Amino acid sequence: MPTYVLPEKCKGCMQCVDICPSDIMHIDPAQGRAYNVEPAMCWECFACVKACPEGAIEVRGYADFAPLGHRVVPNRTPERIYWTVRMRDGTVKEFSFPTRRRKWGSTASPATEPPPAAGALAGPLLSFEPDYLAVDELPTLPLTPVS
Amino acid sequence: MDDGLPNAPRIVDCDVLIVGGGFAGCGAAFEARYWGRDLKIVLVEKAAIERSGAVAQGLSAINCYMGMRWGENRPEDFVRYVRNDLMGLSREDLVFDIARHVDSSVHLFEEWGLPIFTDPSGKYIREGRWQVMIHGESYKPIIAEAARAAASQVDEHVIITHLLPSADDPRRIAGAVGFSVRDGSYRVYRARVVIVAAGGASHLFRPRSAGEGWGRTWYPPWSTGSAYALLIRVGAEMTQMENRLVVTRFKDGYGPVGAFFLYLKAVATNAAGENYEVTRRAELRERVGAYADAKPLPTCLRNDLMLREIQEGRGPILIHTERVIDTPEKENAAWGAFLNMTVGQAVTWAAQGIDPKTDPSELILSEPYLLGSHAVCAGAWASGPDDVAPPEYRWGYNRMTTIAGLFGAGDTIGGSAHKFSSGSFTEGRLAAKGAVRFLADHPGPVPVAVEEVERLRTEIFAPLVRFVEDRPKITRGAVSPGLLFPDQGLHRLEKIMDEYGGGVSANYATNDALLERGLRQLLRLREDLRAIGAGDLHQLGRAWELDHRTWTAEAVLRHTRFRTETRWPGYYYRSDHPKVDDAHWRCFVNSVYDPASGEWRLFTKPVRAVL
Ligand SMILES: Cc1cc2nc3c(=O)[nH]c(=O)nc-3n(C[C@H](O)[C@H](O)[C@H](O)COP(=O)(O)OP(=O)(O)OC[C@H]3O[C@@H](n4cnc5c(N)ncnc54)[C@H](O)[C@@H]3O)c2cc1C
Ligand code: SF4
Ligand code: SF4
Repeated sequence: MPTYVLPEKCKGCMQCVDICPSDIMHIDPAQGRAYNVEPAMCWECFACVKACPEGAIEVRGYADFAPLGHRVVPNRTPERIYWTVRMRDGTVKEFSFPTRRRKWGSTASPATEPPPAAGALAGPLLSFEPDYLAVDELPTLPLTPVS
Repeated sequence: MDDGLPNAPRIVDCDVLIVGGGFAGCGAAFEARYWGRDLKIVLVEKAAIERSGAVAQGLSAINCYMGMRWGENRPEDFVRYVRNDLMGLSREDLVFDIARHVDSSVHLFEEWGLPIFTDPSGKYIREGRWQVMIHGESYKPIIAEAARAAASQVDEHVIITHLLPSADDPRRIAGAVGFSVRDGSYRVYRARVVIVAAGGASHLFRPRSAGEGWGRTWYPPWSTGSAYALLIRVGAEMTQMENRLVVTRFKDGYGPVGAFFLYLKAVATNAAGENYEVTRRAELRERVGAYADAKPLPTCLRNDLMLREIQEGRGPILIHTERVIDTPEKENAAWGAFLNMTVGQAVTWAAQGIDPKTDPSELILSEPYLLGSHAVCAGAWASGPDDVAPPEYRWGYNRMTTIAGLFGAGDTIGGSAHKFSSGSFTEGRLAAKGAVRFLADHPGPVPVAVEEVERLRTEIFAPLVRFVEDRPKITRGAVSPGLLFPDQGLHRLEKIMDEYGGGVSANYATNDALLERGLRQLLRLREDLRAIGAGDLHQLGRAWELDHRTWTAEAVLRHTRFRTETRWPGYYYRSDHPKVDDAHWRCFVNSVYDPASGEWRLFTKPVRAVL
C-alpha cells in the first residue's frame, strides 16, 4: 500500500503533508488525521515516515509483489538513522548509519564570503575555486602533455 | 491584478528564477548568490526541497568524482569514459566542464557534513572508478540547507506549468507561471533570467509494476518531464531525446546494482549459472563490432546481453550476493546501500524473505526513462564553456539554451551524461554563474505580455471548472463520456509509449510504422487533454504533470523515428534499422518545436571531440 497511518498515533500535525514529494499525504477532514490519498503514486521513499513526530506512519510493501508479514521502521535522529527490519519469517535485523557530521542549520550563505574579484565573473572558476578543487589550477584545453 | 476571483494572481518580480529545487536547482541557488550578492534569487519547487527530486530518500554513493587531488583521474579520462559509454555521442565540452569542477562541489558537501567514507588518511573510499561511498540518508536536506541560506525566497508546493517569453521577443525569456497546490493561487514570476532544473521523466512508458505498485518506478514518480516540456514549448532546441534509459536493477524493488557489482564484486549469471557477459561476447561482436570490446562495456550493451539471455528463456538472471557477503561489514554495506537510497528494495527483501547473505537476488531490466544526468543524456542543447567549447557549441553563456536568458542544469541539459548527483549540482553552479554574467550584460527589466498571463490563468485552472460542470452528467464515479481524469490519461500515455515506442512489452523494439502510429495516438491524447478534469488542486497538479509528460513523450517518439539506426542496443532497438550505423549516424539528433506554427523540425548536429 506503501504508506498507511495508525489512527491512535496520528495528531494531524501536517508534517507528512508538507514533506511528501508526491503530494499524496493529506489530512482526512472527517478524522483530522493523515492518510495516503494515492497509494499507486507512492515511491516508498519513507520521507513522511521519517518526518512523523509520532511514529504514526508505516509502510506495507507494494501488494503486486510484496508478501505480507514484513516491517521496515526507521528512527531518524539529528546525527544517525536507526533501522529495524523484520523479515517475513520473523527474523529481525538492525542497522544504523550516520546522517550528518555537522550541526543542522550551520551552513552559511555564500554571501558571507568576501566578494569575488572584479573580472572573475568572466573567468571559468566557480565559487571557492581553485581552493576547493584541491589542485593548483583548474584544468583547461588544449591539454598540456603530462611530463 | 487581484480581481477577487478564485486563483487570484500573485506576482513575484525577481532577477533569477530557478525552477526545481533538486540537486541542480540547489547548486544554482548557491552559486547565483555567490556571484550576485544583491540579486533577488527565487527558487520555486513543487514539493519541499528537503526531500524533493530524485534524491528524496538519500543516496549511498556519489557517482561522479574525479579525485584530482590524489591523482586518481583527470577530466580527460572522464571524457573518454563518457564518450565510450554513450557509443561515441557526447558533448565533450560539457562533459569536460563538469569533470573539472565536480571535485569542488564534493568537497563542499563534505564540509557541510555529508558523511563520505574515508580511509585513515582521509582519502575517500571508492566504490568504482568514478564513485565514492557515502552515508547519504541526509544528502538532500544537507544540500537544501545551503540552497535555503543562499536564496532570497523559496516558494514550495508551487508547480510551474509554463515559461513566459518576453512580450518583445519570443526568443527571450521573461519568467514563468504556475500555481500553488496548497492555496490554489496563480503564481506569476517575472524574471530576468530563468534556470530550469526540473529533473527527468518517469512514467512515460508503462512500468513493470502494476496496480498499487504503479509508483514503483526506478526514477521517482514525481519526475514528470517538466524540464523538457517547459523548454520545448518555448522553442528551445533539444538534443538526444531518443536516448532513453533502461537500467539493470534488483527485480521488483528496483534497488540499484552499483554497490553490488563495483564494491562487493558480485557476479550475475543465468539460471544455469553461466556468466552471460562472458559467454555472449562473441555474438555481441557480430552485431555491434568493436564496441563489444570497449572497456568498460557500455551500459546499454550490458543491458543488451541480459535482455537476450532473458528472451532466450535462460532467466532468471541472478546476482550472487550470497557469494560475496561474508563479513558483518559487508552485510551492513549491502543493506545500507538500499536503506539509504531505495528503501523499497529493503522492504522487498524483507517481504520476499530474501537474506542477501544466503540468497541470490533476481535482476531485471527496467522500463525506459528520460534523463540527462545518468548513463544517458537527453535534454536541452546548451552553449558550452568559453575556453573549452568548439565555436559551433558556443553562442553565449555557459549552459544557456537557444532561448536568450533561459538556462538549464542537471537532467534538463542534454549531451552530457554521467553527471549524477554531484555533477548535476555542479552544472547548476555553472548555469548560475552563466546566468549572473548574462544579467550583468543585459540590465533592465524584460516585458511580459499581460494578455498572455491572463490567457494562461484560464488555461491552467480550466480542469477544475470542467470537473464541476461535468458532475451533473453522471450519477457518480470516474467514467464520463466527455471528461478524462489525469490517471486515466497517464495510463493511455504509458500504453502508447510501451507498445509503439519500444517499452517493456515490446522488448524495447520499435520501427518506423509503429512510431508513426504511436505519434498519431499520442496527438489524439494531446487533444483529449482539453477534456481533462480535476476535482481538487492535487488532481490539477497531476493534470499538468500529464501534460508535461505528453510533450516529453512526443519528443521521444519524433527523435526515435528520425534516427534510422540502433545506436544504443539495450536501451532500444529500431527493428527496421538494427545496426549501429557510424557512417550516417555518429551525430546528434536535435529538434526545435515552433510555438507559433506548432511545427517540429528535426536535424542533425555534428559530434566534435575536444581532446
Ligand atoms: C534510485 C536512484 C538512485 C540514484 N543513485 C545515485 C547515486 O548513487 N549517486 C549519484 O550521484 N546519483 C544517483 N542518482 C542520480 C541523481 O539522483 C540525479 O542525477 C540528480 O538528482 C539529478 O538532479 P536534477 O536536479 O536534475 O533533478 P532532481 O534532483 O530530480 O530535481 C528536480 C526538481 O525539480 C522539481 N520539479 C519538477 N517539476 C517541477 C515543476 N513543474 N515545478 C516546480 N518544481 C518542479 C522536483 O520536485 C525536484 O525537486 C540516483 C537516482 C535515483 C532515482
Ligand atoms: S506527520 Fe504523523 S502525526 Fe503528523 S499528520 Fe502526518 S501521520 Fe499524523
Ligand atoms: S513514502 Fe514518500 S511518496 Fe510515499 S507517502 Fe511517504 S513521502 Fe510520499
